[in-house]
Amino acid sequence: MTIQAVWFYIWGFLWVMYFMTDGFVLGIGVLYPFIGKSDKERRVILNSIGPVWDGNEVWLITAGAITFGAFPVVYAVMFTSLYTPLMLILFSLIIRGVSFEFRSKVEFKSWRKVWDGSIFFSSFFAAFLLGVAFANIFQGVMLDDDYLYRGTFMDLVNPYGVAGGILFVLLFVQHGLSWLCIKTEGWLLVRCERLAAKIWFVLTACIVIFLGLTWAFTDLYNNYVQMPVLVIFPAMCVCGLVFNFVSLKSKRAFRAWGASALVIAGAACFGLAGLFPRLFPSSINESFSLTVYNSASEPKSLGIMLIVISIFVPLVLIYQGYAYRLFSSKVTEKEIDTEEAY
Amino acid sequence: MDFLFLSRLQFAVATMFHFIFVPLTLGLSFLIAIMETRYVMTRDEIYLKMTRFWGKMFLINFALGVVTGLTLEFQFGTNWGEFSMFVGNIFGPILAFETTSAFFLESVFLGIWIFGWNKVSKGFHAACMWVVFAASTMSAYWIIVANAWMQHPVGYVMENGKAVLHDLSAVLFQEFAILQVMHVLSGAYVLSAFFVMSISAWHLLKKQHVEFFTRSFSMALVLGFVFSIFTVVEGDFHGADVAEKQPVKLAAMESFWETSTHAPVYLFALPDEENERNIIEIGAIPGLLSFLAFKDVNAEVKGLKEFPRQDRPNVLITSFAFKGMVGLGTLFIFLTGWGMIRRKKLSESPLFLKIMLWSMPLPYIANELGWILTEVGRQPWVVYGLLRTSDAGSAVSSPQVLASLAGFVLVYGLLGAIAFYLMAKHALKGPA
Repeated sequence: MTIQAVWFYIWGFLWVMYFMTDGFVLGIGVLYPFIGKSDKERRVILNSIGPVWDGNEVWLITAGAITFGAFPVVYAVMFTSLYTPLMLILFSLIIRGVSFEFRSKVEFKSWRKVWDGSIFFSSFFAAFLLGVAFANIFQGVMLDDDYLYRGTFMDLVNPYGVAGGILFVLLFVQHGLSWLCIKTEGWLLVRCERLAAKIWFVLTACIVIFLGLTWAFTDLYNNYVQMPVLVIFPAMCVCGLVFNFVSLKSKRAFRAWGASALVIAGAACFGLAGLFPRLFPSSINESFSLTVYNSASEPKSLGIMLIVISIFVPLVLIYQGYAYRLFSSKVTEKEIDTEEAY
Repeated sequence: MDFLFLSRLQFAVATMFHFIFVPLTLGLSFLIAIMETRYVMTRDEIYLKMTRFWGKMFLINFALGVVTGLTLEFQFGTNWGEFSMFVGNIFGPILAFETTSAFFLESVFLGIWIFGWNKVSKGFHAACMWVVFAASTMSAYWIIVANAWMQHPVGYVMENGKAVLHDLSAVLFQEFAILQVMHVLSGAYVLSAFFVMSISAWHLLKKQHVEFFTRSFSMALVLGFVFSIFTVVEGDFHGADVAEKQPVKLAAMESFWETSTHAPVYLFALPDEENERNIIEIGAIPGLLSFLAFKDVNAEVKGLKEFPRQDRPNVLITSFAFKGMVGLGTLFIFLTGWGMIRRKKLSESPLFLKIMLWSMPLPYIANELGWILTEVGRQPWVVYGLLRTSDAGSAVSSPQVLASLAGFVLVYGLLGAIAFYLMAKHALKGPA
């Protein structure tokens, strides 16, 4: 195994961590105006993600930074090629973050309505566009031999890209509902449980369709033919789905949330495993693709980064895990009455 | 307009807006950590009230700093692709350190601090703010190491047209980086001190919450006084280092054209870059520039004419940013020094309080001027001596950049105004 390949796995791991953690926050943002019926319920929903959302977003920053450091060519070419969607994702994440912070700072109804709307739209666009972006990466973009993107923004909004966007939104929504089952009680909880039971079927159908589309539009399955053991990733996804359904039925919210995280991890790994060793494939000619071998940093930088990551990421997992445990109980009235609460 | 100019403008907008919020995060976390520690030690409720009042200001500010920080990371790839490929090998380890050792700590423990009032012990709660402070300081260090490498590249070898890491410790511990990070941190502490003093002065002038704001003011005053002096003294070392490593920047800072010994400093100079001279020169202090740069009044200082025109930064911007920063830095020593004299009788010093109330924008301006000097003064290079800014851009089209730039101006303008409104509202309301 080469160090470049190792960095592909780390790169994938960071994205999976980001989708698993910020995924439920984005999903909750999409759901939020529909399931929070009163101001109090909406505040409960926001405070359920308040303590953790910022730390979750750091996985995105880390994934970006690692793309920069481990695969500078990919970072430059990918971010330049996907300029417009990335800017839209960026604006969405900026607006989402400040909306959480601003919303409850003023009592006026209309003020809160504005931020309620912006939380929904920014979360939806971020989730959808991340899906569009990754589906296009799986499919390959019009990259020429100078690593210049020959398409336009509208070329990215193709059937497979849109399917990826819808899939991401649904994955995150189910994950968000599972989180809310952990953190809420009363009628809000009942509504979340009922909705999760319904969305589950839509999500499952969407995953099946997406797998079919992947066969039609991409060559991700080539790796699976060569290495059948990779089938473990789609299997993870299926197990997660089953486990999520069963746990929701038996009201074991924590397990349901873990299971929906597994669905996301399985789905993301399914795509990434098919992508390897490519990071940014060209749809014009296979040989124009950016791979781990033609775009990585020198072994010395990769080696140092590997040491850094091996020391600090386990530590991060420990204290971030601690924070999740600390805030694993239901959101209480007392909690949302503190001055700093959302 | 060409995409390069637009990209530069966008970078300036995004970075300067981001840096409105960063210094207060760096400094106010320190003050809040001290306040809360005092509360834990003494159980005096006033320190708890102080922690929560200033904490709320901190959080609004922090949120803006976090979300605008995302832009900084994205834009290297989106707009500066050639730069990213050039520096990737060097920046990789630095960014890996920054994200995994600092950003996670900062955000996770701030989350615990915000929502954990009833969940963790008082001591642990205070410790969380110390972690936030330490982590934000570390992140400042890491990112300035990267910037310092762009100012003075070390520890690399050139391979296939890009810089490849040769000696990591040379990159991490070079003098330029250490001097720069101390300057940024001390500037941030001065800004935070003025922030607290200004809001406190408003209440003290209104004679409300006197005890609360006297204590807040005094704490900030000590911090501001110490670091106003430190910034200037340390800045002198930093300037001498610049003289050695970026002689053309030094010449531009002083608008200094002809190489000479006993080089003077002009209190005011208006450069005429076309004709390579100053139109107006007022208040020459002979030998001072030689002394500041090389600690010797006889030393020879290279003038701008020594360097080809295409290797010079914009002299007007660089020199005005420098003089403005230095002038303000000096003013801060006088203001905080005056405050130290009046420290025991603040309430009887309305004139001083009024001046401090209106001084809040000044350290913000000084901080931004410092970065303008650093970045504009490095031009035409993005990596000094190695990569020109004109060669560093991505292959994006002007309409794309124009659209995103318009988006930034609109979104940032709006968010900035709202954040200002929220902070002002909270500040004027006073402690609960």
